[in-house]
Amino acid sequence: MGSITLENVSKVFGEAVIIPKLDLEINEGEFVVFVGPSGCGKSTLLRLIAGLEDVSGGRIVIDGTDATELPPAKRRLAMVFQSYALYPHMSVRKNIAFPLKMAGASQAEIDKKVSEAARVLNLTDYLERKPRQLSGGQRQRVAIGRAIVRQPSAFLFDEPLSNLDAALRVNMRLEISELHQQLKTTMIYVTHDQVEAMTMADKIVVLNRGNIEQVGSPLELYRNPRNLFVAGFIGSPKMNLITGPTAEGYGATTIGVRPEHVVLSQTEGDWKGTVTVAEHLGSDTFLHVDVPGIGLLNARIGGEMPLRHGDTVYLTPQRDRVHRFNAEGMAIKA
Amino acid sequence: MARKVSTSRKLTFTALAWIVAFLIFFPILWTFLTSFKTEAEAVASPPSFLFFDWTTENYAEVQSRSDYFKHFFNSVVISLGSTLIGLLIAIPAAWAMAFSPTKRTKDVLMWMLSTKMMPPVGAMIPIYLIFRDTGFLDTRTGLVVVLMLINLPIIVWMLYTYFKEIPGEILEAARMDGASLSQELTQVLAPMAVPGIASTVLLNIILSWNEAFWTLNLTASKAAPLTAFIASYSSPEGLFYAKLSAASTMAIAPVLIMGWFSQKQLVRGLTFGAVK
Repeated sequence: MGSITLENVSKVFGEAVIIPKLDLEINEGEFVVFVGPSGCGKSTLLRLIAGLEDVSGGRIVIDGTDATELPPAKRRLAMVFQSYALYPHMSVRKNIAFPLKMAGASQAEIDKKVSEAARVLNLTDYLERKPRQLSGGQRQRVAIGRAIVRQPSAFLFDEPLSNLDAALRVNMRLEISELHQQLKTTMIYVTHDQVEAMTMADKIVVLNRGNIEQVGSPLELYRNPRNLFVAGFIGSPKMNLITGPTAEGYGATTIGVRPEHVVLSQTEGDWKGTVTVAEHLGSDTFLHVDVPGIGLLNARIGGEMPLRHGDTVYLTPQRDRVHRFNAEGMAIKA
Repeated sequence: MARKVSTSRKLTFTALAWIVAFLIFFPILWTFLTSFKTEAEAVASPPSFLFFDWTTENYAEVQSRSDYFKHFFNSVVISLGSTLIGLLIAIPAAWAMAFSPTKRTKDVLMWMLSTKMMPPVGAMIPIYLIFRDTGFLDTRTGLVVVLMLINLPIIVWMLYTYFKEIPGEILEAARMDGASLSQELTQVLAPMAVPGIASTVLLNIILSWNEAFWTLNLTASKAAPLTAFIASYSSPEGLFYAKLSAASTMAIAPVLIMGWFSQKQLVRGLTFGAVK
């Protein structure tokens, strides 16, 4: 249970084409992340799958049945919203019980499932509270609890962590990943944060202007970005993109080198430059180096490196990790 | 940073506020006082403010001459009836306009409001004729329908404003959770909009209670509410100020008391959404 197939799915609002025809296969039990810049159509795509928006064309197949015309509740999907969307007038218990009540479950069954979900999500002590008496993280857990009790074929998450502070976000990220390990249910997760995508996904779908730029595992995207967009979007800090004679030397219009794939030397190397900013994180040192004729390059050096603004350094790309792109921005296969 | 306001300025404004409040309240106070005077004292010049022979005979006279409780009952039925039916129509209408607006939604709202700008007397003749031909004249049902219709734009507007404040995601969550349309409205939207719905109900009960044009013109005796009860004291034989005042006091007392107890709810409802 939990396979979702999109066939030629498109969405048009008036004149604006949000999603041109798109195909996508999501396998049972997969953790799929839709990632892309804001306005790329990732949330719209999720809402199409949820049934909260009608498709303009194409078919959505869930577990082998055509769900294109089915209302949201009949698709056996559960959704966790960015704003949590808890019912403010109901206690935590009633919030979690709501979908079961709507499905006509018996009181005994409701009590059992609510206690079980509360136990899994550490909410047992908060069941009688109202959402406004909870912290952001607890609210998010209630929203997840409300989704779990329905035992859906798939969970849909719409940027669920973006209202949380940085520390809590890391925790919740882990909790959601653990939940996926426990439940083994298909999860579709929308985010604009590529770190979330890389850390959580089995499969990442990179979207740009409603088009799928590339689908693959985090490391596939990291190692072999299909085009310049994916190359620039996946990876932190961003990949250095170099054009001009340097790229031509590699037989490409643009070459890409990740900051961590640059070898640094203070005596010799391919590109001589001056350090403009050195960021010392302890575990890593991020260098911003101005190289005449190429421009500003980022380098990520493991560990501590006693360099300062104005120091001269030499950078050399690791040959086997240079990505080459043609004039259309597509990767050139080696 | 709070602005500094000098003490004298504060005193001036406080005094001004009290004066304005007193001016607004004065007619009600005067009516109340007059209702305890004899007819002779009521028209005496110069008028006495507090030092007169207090008497309750006007109230006894008014009750014995025209049955207060019959009119009171009519007012209750008409104002509650028109408000509740209005609410049943307005909640789905406002829900649709707030959560699935189309390009024309604003125009529809403006058009609804514009009907309030027409002088009611303009529609008097056709409505009177329709009522005469359908047997609605001097019936509570007829008044419930008319008052519901004239207040409907206000009910829809108020509810629309409150509903706009409710995040659409919560209703979408209810839809994902399997709520049907009626469950979405009754179990999620309505409970969340309680303060807004309550103030809409209160305001509309007050408006319907005080409505005089239609209630006077479409009733004779059977369905006459308290507005007709007051008006009956301004007769061709002359005005009986003391009795008129007693009747007015009895007519406005129920809404005044209701308003007094619900003022917190009213103010909260009327400023709902103004402060995030």
